[in-house]
Amino acid sequence: MLSKHFSEHNFVSGHTACAGCGQALAARLVVDAAGKNTIATNATGCLEVFSTKAPQSSWNIPWIHSLFENSAAVGSGVESALRYLGKIDKVRVISQGGDGGTSDIGLQALSGMLERGHDVLYVCYDNEAYMNTGIQRSSLTPFSANTTTSPPGKVSTGNPKLKKPLVEICSAHHIPYSASASVGYPQDLQRKVKKALSIRGPKFLQIHCPCPLGWRYEPGLTLEIARLAVGSGLYPLIEYEYGKLTKVFKIPKPKPVEEYLKLQGRFRHIVNSQEEVAKIQKIADKNIDYYQLK
Amino acid sequence: MFSILVAKAGSSKDNKTGSWRSVKRPKFLQKDCIGCGLCKLICPEACIEGEEKNTYRPDYDYCKGCGLCAYICPKKDIEMILETEEK
Repeated sequence: MLSKHFSEHNFVSGHTACAGCGQALAARLVVDAAGKNTIATNATGCLEVFSTKAPQSSWNIPWIHSLFENSAAVGSGVESALRYLGKIDKVRVISQGGDGGTSDIGLQALSGMLERGHDVLYVCYDNEAYMNTGIQRSSLTPFSANTTTSPPGKVSTGNPKLKKPLVEICSAHHIPYSASASVGYPQDLQRKVKKALSIRGPKFLQIHCPCPLGWRYEPGLTLEIARLAVGSGLYPLIEYEYGKLTKVFKIPKPKPVEEYLKLQGRFRHIVNSQEEVAKIQKIADKNIDYYQLK
Repeated sequence: MFSILVAKAGSSKDNKTGSWRSVKRPKFLQKDCIGCGLCKLICPEACIEGEEKNTYRPDYDYCKGCGLCAYICPKKDIEMILETEEK
């Protein structure tokens, strides 16, 4: 039986995400923090597929599905309509997309939204590959990760490119708020959503969402892996305001990246090679140094 | 005409995803619970309810048995038991 406590959520049970899905958790944390007076747009991707198995919906707020590339543009349109109707002070707009839909396919729509200054919070759920279509690499896939389009072998050690600095790219538009968060720290995530929604103008939030299927690990490890990514320095939680770095999530004693890598099947091909692990440790050390995480 | 394109809010509750559980399910011991609400906060299925200490419980109609509640519980008051064990 369902009691009234279940209906408190703006994102409800019965969606068809995998067990332990980081994105399902992140999406609920975001819309729960945003409150009832919110309109959400959603690019094509895992989130759209598992939350709206036709003819059902898991969303308890108005929600619209856009194409892969134009979640930010649809969000801009919704915001403009609210402004015209004189309701912009009462209703908040959230545009959502996955890492592929944001950093590759939807980047120009996102940049347009930020440049035009729409009062929209764009949330990028970063599970580090195109998980919905079968784990192809995106520009947010980390170095050396095994995906179906960057398979390791005799001449390759997985994804050859570094992660795109999306938070900085958005921050370079000199928007009021651009930040990264992680499902491993849910209170911090919700604080960032609330802070972003209290600010007028375009906002950007990138959320690290471990994916049991794509990263090859047991579903129960989602939070542990998310915390290790932050704790090792590989996923810095940072906040930019008007182009300036204002706050970082401190990690006084950084963990070795090996602890993070060895839990995941997508890094299985490199965990036994000291040389390859050292390359990833170098990325973490660079982050710690650059953002002064210590 | 648009009835098919517009879904009713929250209607996914018709999917009883609890049948997905294959090996383990969480058991809420309700002994050392301090009522922090972390399990309810991080459940990806949004299927844990409760307000005060020792009242939290999952809805097995939706629980997929991922085990995140057992991981986050600071008092180890939630344990994963085999699906075949008695309730």
